Amino acid sequence: MAVDYAALKAGGFMRQKQKDTFSLRLKVVGGTVTADQLAAVQDVANKYGHGYVHLTARQGIEIPFIQLKDIDAVKADLAKGGVVPGVCGPRVRTVTACQGGRCCPSGCIDALDIAEKLDKRYFGRELNHKFKFGVTGCRNNCLKTEENDFGVKGGYDVKWKEDACIGCGVCVKACREGAITQDEDGKIHVDYAKCNNCGRCVKSCPADAWDYTPGFIVTFGGTFGNNMRFGEEAVPFIKDEDTLFRVADATIDFFAENGLPSERFFKTLERVGWDKFKVVVNDAYNGKTKKKGDETDG
Amino acid sequence: MADYDIADTVDITDVVCPVTFVKAKVAIEELDDGDVLDVHMNDGEPVQNVPRSMKEEGHQILKLIDNKDGTYDLIVKKVGE
Repeated sequence: MAVDYAALKAGGFMRQKQKDTFSLRLKVVGGTVTADQLAAVQDVANKYGHGYVHLTARQGIEIPFIQLKDIDAVKADLAKGGVVPGVCGPRVRTVTACQGGRCCPSGCIDALDIAEKLDKRYFGRELNHKFKFGVTGCRNNCLKTEENDFGVKGGYDVKWKEDACIGCGVCVKACREGAITQDEDGKIHVDYAKCNNCGRCVKSCPADAWDYTPGFIVTFGGTFGNNMRFGEEAVPFIKDEDTLFRVADATIDFFAENGLPSERFFKTLERVGWDKFKVVVNDAYNGKTKKKGDETDG
Repeated sequence: MADYDIADTVDITDVVCPVTFVKAKVAIEELDDGDVLDVHMNDGEPVQNVPRSMKEEGHQILKLIDNKDGTYDLIVKKVGE
């Protein structure tokens, strides 16, 4: 019986140059693997592979040198340890993330939580080409979100609290955009046209004199393979998760409807037009789009 | 509004992050509850980070004085023993 390499690839088994040999890509979300999962991976790498694993460029684990005849046994052993294969090919790939606000003092959002939610919503969805999500906790951008088709950075929408302010001026110094000034009376003024939502004013303030709303800065159409493009912003700062997922839904749907086979998202955007895409995602941002199967007579 | 008496002064302009905060933290630990510490620090990283770090340790920031010579004095009141 012929080997269905496409099905194996969809199931995370990457064909190696050696005959009937595969590097097994495991499902990892946001670069987080439990110690128990690692134990299962260790056992499989020793028993069926060559006793080592490869850490991929997208925070995943691959176990190289798995033999075709062992694939079912490998899957069963991994499943017992709570480990499942990842995916390759034309579909939504591993969602990457930094540790974000769960651990990092700089984090403005819980990047892992958002990565898990994006994964749950889209992982493995069939498209015309691969599609990558990446989430990072703040403007420091450790995860380099612009290299993703859909990149999410955490940020803060900020508002100065006059009554709590001690007039120390630390926020003026902390702001790298020159968006904050202090007048002679010690009052703080924010030029929102310059503010990039990095949240450094909030994080540096020794008096908790800022109100802030955590939210998301999204970039679209990034890729770093044969062609390279930085993802670009196309919607304003997103202040809640519902809006984030509405924008993500609209983006995926746009790619599904407009993309050609083997065409990366940025090429679809360039061919169909960023203007057209911006209308679609801004409608989603503003809540004007309806979810599929959600049509009402209003 | 010099409505505080400075109990001690620590100069952290001779060290770099993260020793800046460590030195300030050690200095404030020597004091009693309610005592006021003057932390003399450089512009840049220290002034962006040390005030917040002192606050996160539970102390109260009273004032940050810009000496207009590239240094600042952070006036902190110790909270707790």
